[in-house]
Amino acid sequence: MTKKARILVVDDEAPMRESLKDWLMEEGYEVGLATSGQEAIAMARKKSWDVILLDLKMPGMDGVETLQRLKGKEVNTEAEILMMTAYATVDTAVQAMKEGAFDYLVKPFSPDEIEMQIKKIVAHRELVLENILLRQKLEERSDYDEIVGKSDVMQKIYDLISQVAPTDSTVLITGESGTGKELIAQAIHGNSQRCYMPFIAVSCGALPDSLLESELFGYEKGAFTGADYTKKGRFELADKGTLFLDEIGDISLKTQVDLLRVLQQKEFRRLGGQEEIKVDVRVLAATNQNLKKAISEKRFREDLFYRLNVISIHVPPLRERKEDIPLLTKAFIRRYCLELNKEPVQIASSAMQLLMDYNWPGNVRELENVIERALVIGRGIEIVTDDLPFSRKELGTESFPKSLKLMEKMHIKKILEELDWNISKAARVLEIDRQTLYNKIEKYHIEKES
Amino acid sequence: MPKCVTICGVGSVDKNLLEYLAECIAARCGLTCKISSRMESPEYAYNETRDQYNSKMILKHLLRQCPNDTLRFIGVTPVDLYVPILEFVFGLAQIEGQCSIISLHRLYPKFYDQPPNPDLVLVRLAKTALHELGHTFGITHCRDRRCVMYSSTRIEHTDFKQPDFCLTCFELFRWHLEKAIDQQSS
Repeated sequence: MTKKARILVVDDEAPMRESLKDWLMEEGYEVGLATSGQEAIAMARKKSWDVILLDLKMPGMDGVETLQRLKGKEVNTEAEILMMTAYATVDTAVQAMKEGAFDYLVKPFSPDEIEMQIKKIVAHRELVLENILLRQKLEERSDYDEIVGKSDVMQKIYDLISQVAPTDSTVLITGESGTGKELIAQAIHGNSQRCYMPFIAVSCGALPDSLLESELFGYEKGAFTGADYTKKGRFELADKGTLFLDEIGDISLKTQVDLLRVLQQKEFRRLGGQEEIKVDVRVLAATNQNLKKAISEKRFREDLFYRLNVISIHVPPLRERKEDIPLLTKAFIRRYCLELNKEPVQIASSAMQLLMDYNWPGNVRELENVIERALVIGRGIEIVTDDLPFSRKELGTESFPKSLKLMEKMHIKKILEELDWNISKAARVLEIDRQTLYNKIEKYHIEKES
Repeated sequence: MPKCVTICGVGSVDKNLLEYLAECIAARCGLTCKISSRMESPEYAYNETRDQYNSKMILKHLLRQCPNDTLRFIGVTPVDLYVPILEFVFGLAQIEGQCSIISLHRLYPKFYDQPPNPDLVLVRLAKTALHELGHTFGITHCRDRRCVMYSSTRIEHTDFKQPDFCLTCFELFRWHLEKAIDQQSS
């Protein structure tokens, strides 16, 4: 575990409590002590624990009842509970395991036994956490190695990423919607020393203000109606890693104040919480808005802007780096052919020309969607203009190949495809005889697409 | 003598063992060591039910007897030690405190029905003492099985590890030592 495991010892006998605390502290764990079941419940409500060592025999509320309440709706602790018992109460300890205890230890324990049990739990929790992070990573599909573009402007961005990634500076990424701001953020994270720790992304614009606050900072059980359990916020989940706040220009002034506080003090409180939680998080933010304009309109705090804008990276719209379109197209074809389990396809030069001439208001994301769609609906071994959702006519810029032969080939192919390869009809439309059409098909290697 | 560690027999302990320990701590930690006159057997800490001695009670006693001019105070006892929650301990230290106590009882091969081996006992004693000394400087257990700060829950662990701190623990040790010396002189 990156953080010290937190262990709560619950025992009514002071010598037991204290000696366990001493031993656990030698191991470097953070230890809390409770003298009764009631106190344990109160402590588990206030703070999250990784392991609770719970004595079975206590006056008042005994271990089993405490266990039931800790695991029940009232507290719903995520901690693993190890029961501690004397020989005489082993049966009850077994009963406790049926109620959800992780295991039991017979007092006094051998040092080996307690060490093994705690390490087992800590390792188990590490695996669970790792699993969650890996799943999250798979779902997010880490694409930072796949930022595509060889244009001068993209080369400058790569240089900037390699310079800022190893630092802990806050970075503001600006650019139109769909330009790949999150990919830039992932590249910064992936090339930083935090790369093995979580990359947590929050789309601030997608959430209403109250929800965003609880998403970012988490909440304590009972903080508001419906808060049935304590929940960690994205800041806590991103501890030691990177938090990416997308659409930062959309957050309310109140959340801006909270955010500023975390950036300045590196600590915060969960909603309804008393405890200051310290975090080590690198913040990357992105927006498609003009934040300076938002500042002048009093919609965005100037101090927060300067906190976020320590380094800024502007991702240009696709129409300003059209030389990257062929490379991006090929990359998307490769990716979606794999994903759709299709044989690799090519793109017809006319289709590529159409892509180059299009204005791309939705930027790289739109290009990606267009390619995916073309591969889904297209049946040929290459993507043709008909597979694209816009036509030359719609663009209003008919473009023709310079070579007469190529133009003839393209025209014959188009007519054949329009007439479903009916040679007689095509010959009539082309005003040539059938044999001449056959000769031209052979000469130009025109093939019917399957 | 701000860099002095005092070693004391608690009960009947062979003086050669204590002298060896003093040399070992001096060589490895750069601290001056002296051996003080031995204390009586810690009968005040005896638990009849367990037939063992409560290590925490001995630590409290050591703390009261700790010489003013010493940086750390190490007790070495032949009796078998325990803390209430555990079956036994090889030793116990005050974390970031002055005192520690080490038991020889489970360091002797005889305890494991093995033939006598005086050299092995010396090495085991040195490892256990360095480990407890590390705790008194606030160092917690190390993950490196070869480091002297690795947790020994059985004698095999003690035998496996080296009588030395790993590089990280040694750096921590030096850092805490300087801090402790500064505190003592101010």
